[in-house]
Amino acid sequence: MIRVVLPPHLRTLARVTDEVTLDVPPAVPLTRAAVLDALEARYPMLRGTIRDHVTAQRRPFLRFFACTRDLTHEPADAPLPGAVGSGEEPFLIVGAIAGG
Amino acid sequence: MSGVRVLVGTRKGAFILTADAKRRRWDVSGPHFAGWEIYHMKGSPADPNRLYASQSSGWFGQVIQRSCDGGKTWEAPGGGVTMDPGEGAGPKGESNKFVYDVSPPRGKPLTTHQWYDGTQHPWEFKRVWHLEPSHTDPDSVYAGVEDAGLFRSTDGGTTWQELAGLRGHGSGPKWQPGAGGMCLHTILIDPSNPKRLYVAISAAGAFRSDDGGTTWRPINRGLHSQYIPEPSAEVGHCVHRLALHPSRPNVLFMQKHWDVMRSDDGGDSWREVSGNLPSDFGFVIDVHAHEPETIYVVPIKSDAEHYPPDGKLRVYRSRSGGLGNDWEALTKGLPQVDCYVNVLRDAMCVDTLDPCGVYFGTTGGQVYASADAGDSWAPIVRDLPAVLSVEVQALP
Repeated sequence: MIRVVLPPHLRTLARVTDEVTLDVPPAVPLTRAAVLDALEARYPMLRGTIRDHVTAQRRPFLRFFACTRDLTHEPADAPLPGAVGSGEEPFLIVGAIAGG
Repeated sequence: MSGVRVLVGTRKGAFILTADAKRRRWDVSGPHFAGWEIYHMKGSPADPNRLYASQSSGWFGQVIQRSCDGGKTWEAPGGGVTMDPGEGAGPKGESNKFVYDVSPPRGKPLTTHQWYDGTQHPWEFKRVWHLEPSHTDPDSVYAGVEDAGLFRSTDGGTTWQELAGLRGHGSGPKWQPGAGGMCLHTILIDPSNPKRLYVAISAAGAFRSDDGGTTWRPINRGLHSQYIPEPSAEVGHCVHRLALHPSRPNVLFMQKHWDVMRSDDGGDSWREVSGNLPSDFGFVIDVHAHEPETIYVVPIKSDAEHYPPDGKLRVYRSRSGGLGNDWEALTKGLPQVDCYVNVLRDAMCVDTLDPCGVYFGTTGGQVYASADAGDSWAPIVRDLPAVLSVEVQALP
């Protein structure tokens, strides 16, 4: 079981109020692509809001954090920290701060 | 008719305003989709409880929303929460998926369009500007998008397919974005012939299809735009809005960047009917529900100053379809001093009650209503986020 924290607007869209927990198919290692695949399968309304429907490219104003590290520019198939896979730490999807 | 439902899209959410047939006392519901830009909401003429909304964000992209109960509840048509999605068997979540058709028979590679610096640029989907439901089928709806293209769904917004003949008819490489982006913002369906469609694109012009959207041709003869190298070119005109009356679908009215125009032959030719307007720049234009020659515009001072002339918010009405040089200012109830709001292209509409109701929204967050065809006005709400679109439904 892994934990994912969504930005507030995507929580509203997915109709969740807190972090979500997902069963990710066992794989070694756990990757961002596997987490997002599981997230979008459970919450199909999120498809296209985090990464492009076709290219799977990250939307420009979103970032990925975990275990106090910025993983945004890591490859989608790079291993995530072990604490994310064990559920000790959440995988955070964060909207860039902007506005005035 | 029991009343009206006004659907308001704003920079920070959607609002639904309802009233009985007198249209004096209003209930306000919202914000729906709080914090998101709602470029457009529109109800199905075939089922007034079926609504579609375009929800978008610079962070999260495009989301299509659908309501089957008049806006009380909403759903993403592509699928809800799926606890056990299985191996590829769950909902595909494609209601947000707008992918340009690049298949050779229809879309060709579809070339590129002109970019701001004069180079060619590939089409890139950004958002849905306008949703136009079918007159007869609640599950059929067209979407006009930026970068300019036309999509259609026949399954209630669950999936979308491009009508690629529009981009592919030949003039696409000459289209270019205006300051607001290269958007397809107007879709008109001929109520007497659903095979005939009109669309308008900034800054390309107006186009017509006579075969249900398969093939298209520009209909810009008679337009004159001094801001392009060849002022009477086939394409390149910044058309802001088209309107027609259901009883005379061959008569079209246009608010162009500058100039109010009229066509009596389905867009084959146009003539200017700006007449005595204080400015012929503007965005909105609409037609009285029961008088096909009565039309409305909101003059804006200029393309450099997007607010009303003299700080006076005035709707102008012509009872001759613009032919009689008879534009009259409608000011009763509208601010006539220090008013510097804009009225954007999708932010005016008319209802079908008698007398005809007219509505418009401003970038200052006001939505004004007239229950007497424009003779007098009153604000329904004053302090919404900037209004992007206003549509109205007459409820049975």
